[in-house]
Amino acid sequence: MEGLTLSEAEQRYYCDLFSYCDTESTKKVASNGRVLELFRAAQLPADVVMQIMELCGATRLGYFGRSQFYIALKLVAVAQSGLPLRVESLNTVKDLPLPRFVVSKNEQESRHTASYASDADNPASYSGVIPPPPGRVQAKKGSVSHDAVQQRTSTDQQESTSPVVSPQQSPPTSPHTWRKHNRHPSGGNNERPLAGPGPFWAPFSEAQPGSSAAGDPIWSGHSPPPHQENWVSFADTPPTSTLLAMHPASVQDQTTVRTVASATTANEIRRQSSSYDDPWKITDEQRQYYVNQFKTIQPDLNGFIPGSAAKEFFTKSKLPILELSHIWELSDFDKDGALTLDEFCAAFHLVVARKNGYDLPEKLPESLMPKLIDLEDSAEVGDQAGEVGYSSSPAEAPPSKSPSMPSLNQTWPELNQSSEDTAIVHPVPIRMTPSKIHMQEMELKRTGSDHANPTSPLLVKPADLSEENKISSSVKFVPGNTVADGYSSSDSYTSDPEQIGSTVTRQRSHSGTSPDNAAPPPPPPRPHPSHSRSSSLDMNRSFTVTPGQQQAGVVAYPPAVPPRPQPSQGTGPHVHRPVDAEGLIAHTSTSPQQIPEQPNFADFSQFEAFAASGVNEEEEDEIETHPDVLQAEKPSDSASSLRAAKTEGRVEDKAATSVPNNTGKGTTPLAPPPKPIRRRLKSEDELRPEVEEHAQKTGVIAAVLASQPSIPRSVGKDKKAIQASIRRNKETNTVLARLNSELQQQLKDVLEERISLEVQLEQLRPFSHL
Amino acid sequence: MAVCIAVIAKENYPLYIRSVPTENELKFHYTVHTSLDVVDEKISAMGKALVDQRELYLGLLYPTEDYKVYGYVTNSKVKFVMVVDSSNTALRDNEIRSMFRKLHNSYTDIMCNPFYNPGDCIHSRAFDNMVTSMMMQVC
Repeated sequence: MEGLTLSEAEQRYYCDLFSYCDTESTKKVASNGRVLELFRAAQLPADVVMQIMELCGATRLGYFGRSQFYIALKLVAVAQSGLPLRVESLNTVKDLPLPRFVVSKNEQESRHTASYASDADNPASYSGVIPPPPGRVQAKKGSVSHDAVQQRTSTDQQESTSPVVSPQQSPPTSPHTWRKHNRHPSGGNNERPLAGPGPFWAPFSEAQPGSSAAGDPIWSGHSPPPHQENWVSFADTPPTSTLLAMHPASVQDQTTVRTVASATTANEIRRQSSSYDDPWKITDEQRQYYVNQFKTIQPDLNGFIPGSAAKEFFTKSKLPILELSHIWELSDFDKDGALTLDEFCAAFHLVVARKNGYDLPEKLPESLMPKLIDLEDSAEVGDQAGEVGYSSSPAEAPPSKSPSMPSLNQTWPELNQSSEDTAIVHPVPIRMTPSKIHMQEMELKRTGSDHANPTSPLLVKPADLSEENKISSSVKFVPGNTVADGYSSSDSYTSDPEQIGSTVTRQRSHSGTSPDNAAPPPPPPRPHPSHSRSSSLDMNRSFTVTPGQQQAGVVAYPPAVPPRPQPSQGTGPHVHRPVDAEGLIAHTSTSPQQIPEQPNFADFSQFEAFAASGVNEEEEDEIETHPDVLQAEKPSDSASSLRAAKTEGRVEDKAATSVPNNTGKGTTPLAPPPKPIRRRLKSEDELRPEVEEHAQKTGVIAAVLASQPSIPRSVGKDKKAIQASIRRNKETNTVLARLNSELQQQLKDVLEERISLEVQLEQLRPFSHL
Repeated sequence: MAVCIAVIAKENYPLYIRSVPTENELKFHYTVHTSLDVVDEKISAMGKALVDQRELYLGLLYPTEDYKVYGYVTNSKVKFVMVVDSSNTALRDNEIRSMFRKLHNSYTDIMCNPFYNPGDCIHSRAFDNMVTSMMMQVC
């Protein structure tokens, strides 16, 4: 981009804005919410903004580098001055005013009106229902940030004049950003002014005239006493400029724009002084009233009010359904469709506040969040009670019903949470609520984004909750801090990272959503390959039989196992064999003799079985001869049959060799043993399988060996196997041949048809030529 | 980052539709409308027997040269349709799934609100905020 010359003020201002938008401190600003808010607050038409973005190259790059950002800001200023957007105008336009963003301190009037006008167009919900407040609420959000930024720059210059200004930096949406804000180098100024409002509080309380005209709180002198600081700060600022003066409430609402930031101040002060009034605090008499109302619906204070009953009850307040819906969203903390006592009180409180003209907060105020009345929380509760009492002293804050309340509260939760994140150790979840599972889910969902390990809370909570079940019956929620933090902070982070926790824990309805949820259908049974060899091997059967191999005779093993014609692989198995044989050695004394001989393998096991079963020695002799014979006759064959690199081969071989043993029996009882043997061989632990095989063979082998066929018989078995395979091949051949002939026939027919069609065509053609 | 997010009721009318304001919104509305056909096709393709196993996430419904359309349907036949800019190649399937999950969670929260009558348009602020967080961050 072209070189950009900025005046010093511009430089500083842009730098502040950039730092403000650079929430991740990466020195480049993606198109995140801050930037968008900033641009939106510039009150430029959308296409102009797009143009700006293109000009500065952000769309090209996909993010705002520092230079792009500065250029964009400059272009905003250019556009706001009504000049055409040109790249050249960047440097040529002199004395360009700083780009204005909504509700900046510097030029309030025009911006305020403009901002309200623009905010009125906000598609946000509620805009249709309550014209001014939502708009302002929106403006609040968007503007506060800029306000704060502006403030920062202005504070540099006017620190002494408006100390209260700088606190207005925290955007209500995220305490996170607010904190970052503070960390900014220029944010150091924040700290100082924060202390300012405190002392100003008292004197300014009188300064505030009756903008509290809007609606008298039912409970005077308490409920949400406005943050004095907020009023203070606005007292400084020309209130007239901020007044759209739609109605008294609107006046207050306008100040909410400022108060959003001052809420942060308030929170700071609150934390510091811990004597601040919580505008959303429920006083004792209020609470009692609410409890009584709760009892009329639900006598059991620990029970729930179902949604339908609550709906009827609150509909009586004659608030619009949309607002009631929003109130419900805020107050139903665990999203279970029912209200506990705490939730009910919070909802009632919000209804009351709303009826008195207060804006509904975007997030549930800290003080209204249901808290666990627990030992660990008792301190907090006591604290809050103290604050409640404090707030109940009306004298100090009667006039100022803080319209700022809602906005303040918006920032409050974040601030408090942010502070509590560090200061307060999250209490172990205690009371079990009836909707324990929901709580768990919700907590996990809410805190999932905050906690590094979303799964651990899940593991922790159930245990805790189960413990708590025994403890008491109070239906309190898990520690408000934990939940509140999770809840608010998760809500406040507009750009919430994926809540893995929610993914994990949100079990309500999305069982089918996980990608791997749909278990793939079980693999189709392995089709019996037409391949003769494999089919002859009948691996499927052997494998499937494996589990049942323990039981001798269970497996229906095909007696004839064609030996695998893999002479080359004979050596492999040999190697294996010895290994297997090793295990066998322990069992048989004659094994060493047979180790080196493959065919011995099967015999080997048999031999063991014999030994184990105490078979007569003659069989041993026979066995001994077997290997010799086998070796002599078809070493390669048996070797191949014994094995190949695959254990199956080995198994087969065993089977084959054992089969010969069975020949005498001429039965299939030996089939099972070979099968198990085969299976065992397949397993990595060869020794064990060997043993098992032997054990299995014990019973059978005895019989088998008894009918130990002579060498020719074993050879015959091989032949049989071969013949069987040959037979099978022949069958396949015939089938294929038949298929082939049929297809040939079809082909012939088709050809004939084609010929006839061609003839017809030819016959017709002459006519066409005519 | 979606360009347009829509929640369609069972009867195929929109409960909530929101798109990035700078674009021609009507185009997105039309896209969502046409994508409903694809959604129905995918649902019916599953067959009655598989209704229980049917996965809620439908995946890419169809791509155009400018953007892709993803679908998600709940067990109550409420559909979520998301239009995503094709140039945003960084978006992976898992991210889309998680976005749908968030949508579904927020929708469930809305349903739990007794003041919300099923079939009404969705006016919830929380839902709006959540959708805003997902929308393409364009001014």
